Amino acid sequence: MKRVLQILALAVGFAALSFWLTAGAQRGWSKTSTPVKSLDEVTGIEGITYKQGFVPGLDFVAAALLGAGSLVGASLFFRKSTSTSNRNTTTHS
Amino acid sequence: MIKKLIALMVLSALGSSAYAAPMAFDFKDPKGVNNAVFKLDAPLEAINGSANGVSGTVTFDPENPGATKGKIVVAAASLHVPNPMMKEHLHGGQWLEVAKHPEITFEAKELKNVKTTGDTTSADVTGTFTIKGVAKEMTAPIKLTYLKGKLGQRVPNLNGDLLVLRSTFTVKRSDFGINPSAPQDKVSDEITVTLSIAGAAAH
Repeated sequence: MKRVLQILALAVGFAALSFWLTAGAQRGWSKTSTPVKSLDEVTGIEGITYKQGFVPGLDFVAAALLGAGSLVGASLFFRKSTSTSNRNTTTHS
Repeated sequence: MIKKLIALMVLSALGSSAYAAPMAFDFKDPKGVNNAVFKLDAPLEAINGSANGVSGTVTFDPENPGATKGKIVVAAASLHVPNPMMKEHLHGGQWLEVAKHPEITFEAKELKNVKTTGDTTSADVTGTFTIKGVAKEMTAPIKLTYLKGKLGQRVPNLNGDLLVLRSTFTVKRSDFGINPSAPQDKVSDEITVTLSIAGAAAH
């Protein structure tokens, strides 16, 4: 169980960082919409509309790393599993 | 004969006065392109957003652009930032309090340093800027582009002119009581506003 939690923590941290990097490594807060610009050819004005879509920010990375840290912390409550062969060896000696 | 002559004179006088009269341009854009972009550039984070709830009327005389006057209104509730929590704060009591102060306005009173080249006029506009119920006199650079007869290209079946208005200016949020206690390393005190709007005057 200890090992499973540690691997899960590593996976959560790695996945969050990868998502953040591939989404543009946004250094501010996460966004739920992104601006889309379109040029009005008559007036030359660039209109702005917003498209729904999640862009992770540093708060997302922080939350994911906190979650990963919690998993590592939880893993400390489990003892390292010992193999049956070791136990048998101890019993015979 | 005399009656006909008088009628002709009246008509021609009306015609010439209509040509010389300033036109009222309505800035409620049916295409929804008009926008005001705002930016707060703090050391820790830059906040960018925009508003598209623009309306208002400007009277403009192509023969005398220096006499331009009018009022531009931005619906405070149309201010948008891409982070939902930030938007909630922006519209809330400490920041813009949009429920109580639904409009951000600029009322132009006077144009100075007017320079006209072709259809484009640049000037410094002085007027009253009002946010969150606080009104301040301010002067900002402005560029007006008069597009004669171009309304039909944007709105089919309508004849008329367009007036494009552009301006970039800076205001201090502390001057308008917009969360003056917010730390300036996180949220800049200076707000840069870029206005790009077009108004229409139908014939």
